[in-house]
Amino acid sequence: MDLQRLTQRNPHEWHIEPQGKMRVPGVIYATESLIREMDDKVYEQVVNVATLPGIVKASYAMPDAHWGYGFPIGGVAAFNPDEGGVVSAGGVGFDISCGVRLLRTGLTVEDIQPLKEQLADTLFHHIPAGVGSTGQVRLNPDDMEAMLVGGAKWAVSKGYGLREDLALIEEGGCMAGADPACVSDQAKKRQRDEMGTLGSGNHYLEVQRVARIFDDTIGASFGLHEGDVVVSIHCGSRGLGHQIGTEFLKRMAVSASRHQIALPDRELACAPIHSEEGQEYLGAMRAAINCALANRQIITHLVREVFEKLLPQASLTLLYDVSHNTCKVETHEIDGKPTRLFVHRKGATRAFGPGHPDLPPSLRAIGQPVLIGGTMGTASYVLAGTTKGMALAYGSACHGAGRSMSRHQATRRWQGREVVKELAGRGILIRSPSMRGVAEEAPGAYKDVSEVVDAADEAGLAKKVARLEPLVCIKG
Amino acid sequence: MPSPLAPQVETAQAHWEHFPHQADMGVRGLGPTKESAFEQAAVAVTAVIANPEAVRPVEVVSFSCEAPDDELLLVDWLNALIFEMATRKMLFARFAIQIHDHHLEATAWGEPVDVVRHQPAVEVKGATYTALSVTQEPDGRWVAQCVVDV
Repeated sequence: MDLQRLTQRNPHEWHIEPQGKMRVPGVIYATESLIREMDDKVYEQVVNVATLPGIVKASYAMPDAHWGYGFPIGGVAAFNPDEGGVVSAGGVGFDISCGVRLLRTGLTVEDIQPLKEQLADTLFHHIPAGVGSTGQVRLNPDDMEAMLVGGAKWAVSKGYGLREDLALIEEGGCMAGADPACVSDQAKKRQRDEMGTLGSGNHYLEVQRVARIFDDTIGASFGLHEGDVVVSIHCGSRGLGHQIGTEFLKRMAVSASRHQIALPDRELACAPIHSEEGQEYLGAMRAAINCALANRQIITHLVREVFEKLLPQASLTLLYDVSHNTCKVETHEIDGKPTRLFVHRKGATRAFGPGHPDLPPSLRAIGQPVLIGGTMGTASYVLAGTTKGMALAYGSACHGAGRSMSRHQATRRWQGREVVKELAGRGILIRSPSMRGVAEEAPGAYKDVSEVVDAADEAGLAKKVARLEPLVCIKG
Repeated sequence: MPSPLAPQVETAQAHWEHFPHQADMGVRGLGPTKESAFEQAAVAVTAVIANPEAVRPVEVVSFSCEAPDDELLLVDWLNALIFEMATRKMLFARFAIQIHDHHLEATAWGEPVDVVRHQPAVEVKGATYTALSVTQEPDGRWVAQCVVDV
């Protein structure tokens, strides 16, 4: 991205001054080197989002921003329903409520070392992953309705996981306002046998070691210590979310002109919050959030079954579960006044600071755990929400590394088997049904997650707490 | 054996190719008619997941869709295909399409996903409006393309 087009406010904050149809400025949080690497498309997409009706304060991009659909991936924007604000299917994306859940195990690296191979094989065998895989749970129509309304709470009621898990999931594990009647039969059909499946692409399940603690106090409060073993689950709302995204993108693209919304890009498809399309999308999208929460809850149960069998001394407890593709109603201070806003985070993690009433009592004094996924060969990070971050971009942070290379380029550069062998040499066991999939997800095809996380920390979006390095990675 | 990502030339004119997108994949069908370009775009979708040459045409599925213009019709067609692949757990590699007044009728031949033989790399979540176009080149050739989310 051309630096000349931006106004630098401080080492980590760059502005695009309002021009043309922009209603608010664009704000990018990143270092100069990350900005230089960003695609020009990010600039274009930040500008386009700034033209949408009812947008408040600014169109934001996080340090990992890259070319998305309509919104940049790493984009954050909030809309005021009382000022003609919109809800955008493109602003949430296809994988609704894709997110990361982190489980502590109570084990150390030494505990799992003798069983590492067996653990990798058993997790791979027990947790359905990859194209065409199906889950053990088959939903009849009544179960489907209950799941779409109840989310992880429904999953717990069916015996998947523990009641105490729920407080440590955003929305207490159950997104209010979900309306299964707004979810098409096709979307439900696509989900019927996909509950408790990981999916493919950049989704994964990892056993990781806490390699470094950057903040001892917060680390201890999060129950993380160097040498601990944790489990990360990265997946979303599976076929149901993809189908809802597909259907509403089209419906909103077609209805935009009726609502006098000039779309600079069809992918920005949106509808006024106070419209039939807007309300039905919210009902369906919230049902998809529940689907994602239920999905990660079922996978958690499967992971617990594996550990119980192989390492019965383990106790798998949630640190937190965060989604990074959502639109949520939140109250933020605008011009000194608490204002109800529809906050879109597309490839951006909610990062509420200390004292936020939506955080569970055990985390309220510290701030929300912010879970940033890396690649199978590098690292993931745990950060904590900050008071400053609440004022920067509605309490939001980055979500991952972002690709630096297309899938096509990656398969030309690497062979899946060689990637698996190289990582095994470094003590990282990869299990995947597809070697081409492994090549496409090779660590070298991604940007340096550490640089992105450092930028988020230095900008004040969230505070760096722990670095996690993979020991076992199950890829779809 | 050719690389699964290399363009597969079926005839002198009709073929498919992928084009890069930072996070996802662009699919492009080219052919002497709009119908053949739509068929080849579908083969390109299959090629995002697996090598189309490894997919045997043993089961037949019929499709029908309609949209206000060619571009939306391409996205609808590919999304209909993605839906059937997801719910039937199948891959398709041969297509026959007819288009009249933005109404599309398609027949697809394929088989259930075989993880060992097909080595499917990634699921396709949906066809998008990004880099979407259906055009006829000055030489008469049709090009149908968009980015798919994976």
